[in-house]
Amino acid sequence: MSADHNHKFETPPHERTWIDDPKNVDKIVYTLYAVCALLILIDPLIHKHGPFAIEHVWGFYALYGFIGCVFLVLAAKLMRVFLMRPEGYYDR
Amino acid sequence: MTGELNPGLIIILGALLVPLLPGRVLRGAYMLLLPIAAFAYLLGLPMGEAGQIEFMNLSLVTLRVDKLSFVFGTIFLIATLLGVIYALHVGDWVQHTAGLIYSGSAIGAVFAGDFVTLFIFWEITAISSVFLVWASRNSSAMAAGLRYLVIQVGSGVILLAGVLIHYQQTGSIAFNAMGTETLAGKLILIAFGIKCAFPLLHNWLQDAYPQATVTGTVILSAFTTKLAVYALARGYAGTEILIPIGAVMTAFPIFYAVIENDLRRVLAYSLNNQLGFMVVGIGIGTELALNGTAAHAFCHILYKALLFMAMGAVLYRVGTVKGSELGGLYRSMPWTTVFCIVGAASISAFPLFSGFISKSLIISAAMKEGYYWVWLTLLFASAGVFHHSGIKIPYFAFFAHDSGKRCEEAPMNMLIAMAIAAAFCIGLGVYPDPLYALLPYDVKYDAYSLEHVVTQLQLLMFSALAFTVLMRTGIYPPELKSINLDTDWFYRVPGSHLAQVANQFRSVTWQWVADGTVKLATKVHNALYQHHGPEGWFGRTWPTGTMAFWTTVTLGAVVILSYL
Repeated sequence: MSADHNHKFETPPHERTWIDDPKNVDKIVYTLYAVCALLILIDPLIHKHGPFAIEHVWGFYALYGFIGCVFLVLAAKLMRVFLMRPEGYYDR
Repeated sequence: MTGELNPGLIIILGALLVPLLPGRVLRGAYMLLLPIAAFAYLLGLPMGEAGQIEFMNLSLVTLRVDKLSFVFGTIFLIATLLGVIYALHVGDWVQHTAGLIYSGSAIGAVFAGDFVTLFIFWEITAISSVFLVWASRNSSAMAAGLRYLVIQVGSGVILLAGVLIHYQQTGSIAFNAMGTETLAGKLILIAFGIKCAFPLLHNWLQDAYPQATVTGTVILSAFTTKLAVYALARGYAGTEILIPIGAVMTAFPIFYAVIENDLRRVLAYSLNNQLGFMVVGIGIGTELALNGTAAHAFCHILYKALLFMAMGAVLYRVGTVKGSELGGLYRSMPWTTVFCIVGAASISAFPLFSGFISKSLIISAAMKEGYYWVWLTLLFASAGVFHHSGIKIPYFAFFAHDSGKRCEEAPMNMLIAMAIAAAFCIGLGVYPDPLYALLPYDVKYDAYSLEHVVTQLQLLMFSALAFTVLMRTGIYPPELKSINLDTDWFYRVPGSHLAQVANQFRSVTWQWVADGTVKLATKVHNALYQHHGPEGWFGRTWPTGTMAFWTTVTLGAVVILSYL
């Protein structure tokens, strides 16, 4: 029942599917890397019409998305230090 | 005579019959018919104002059909229908009736042409919707519902105050563009802002929605906040202050969404973030931006309902939507998984999904008007949405580490509702023209330019890359059995202490007043007793002779005085 128990659960072999094989997960991840590489390589070919200079920097959207998300996660992780409470906090 | 009745009333009055209908089949068929009938009726209504009623010198306009109210009315009716289908398996008539009255009153409010009619429907949405929270029938839902009700009704009271001042100053109750120069304008903006979950006024949403029933949350997610968006678009288009407010709304809830464990609460935070985009659009106020707001509200209602439906199905089958307890459910619920991914792709604004063709109108408008920082914030929020709603929700519920939980697939009616919503999400994404034609202004917009598709994919794919890298390096914060403090802490902890202290102060004061009164009364009583009691001077029995003596003295004095 507890969360610990959940983490220990091993999927029985007959229930395993394609995605349960770590090798296949690696394949998905490498595909993602390849797509990202492609998207950043074709960037100079795309003509951007926006008024802001920063948009015309090579790979701006890609870099911004990546850095933005890393910042988001790290900042949120830091927020846990101040804001996280046990589940029954308000019922005390 | 047609054209006099607000379509919302068809649903509200129709809902009153629901408890009387016997049998689930008959009741279900009747409930499905209500939004369809109301929509058929709406299609026949002429554009313009109707349903004028003179009431205590006020001219009420109970029905106003124009392009803005039509597009919101249409999506509200679609959401009503989806909500009914999703809840068909529920036997509890309270939820059905409350849900229909709630959606009917939101539709009624959209077609209201004056503030008094708006206020009436505004308050009915508040009162009816709380039953969807209370229907969970547990103590924390009861408490959350009560907090929700206080805030919602409070918003209505502020609205009424604003309307009264506005009426006194202008003699008009017409619901049109307001502006924030007057006190009335400010009050009404605050009332709308509460319902729209503006930053710091937002927490009722994340507090109450995850406490509602499986089907209740789906219905709640569609109406209250989007009614507020509609009201803001009607009354405050081009109000500059809304731009920073909206920008903050897009950004801050996503931090919470990343660390929240209850996946329905994650969705409530992302709902808040999506509202931010709409509020920015209203603040910019150009035709492109307002079209963006209307389009985004339309698409958002569908994909947000879809995501809540998927999480609702998980809650219904597994009994929990806590990320820390889920994982690997794709084995048991393959269809729900697919529908959830469609909703996730739509909210993330992937090309070919609905969010892409609506959110881009707002971002383009911000760009076109040169709002640099706002544009950067919206881009950040777009990347963040993909991160927490697009990836986190499906990943932790259906994939991640196998929790060992096995269950049945969602009931058929839930799957049908999800399938319809998913079809809308993809349909609108692939072919947005019918939606664009419904929008308030005639604007040509091409969402599928090469520039736009590639830059959006760059943003999203590199967000996915960030997630993958953080996950594989173990930096990504795990889902933990926990809650996070938000603004509700202020009224749930210090506020509650303050109330306790106030209560003590009240009881001490009351004791003091009561004791004082008793003392005073005793004193008065004793004094009276002393003089008028059996032993008192006035209470004594006097001998008759004394009286005769004093009468003689008095008469003598009178005789002497009259001779003087």
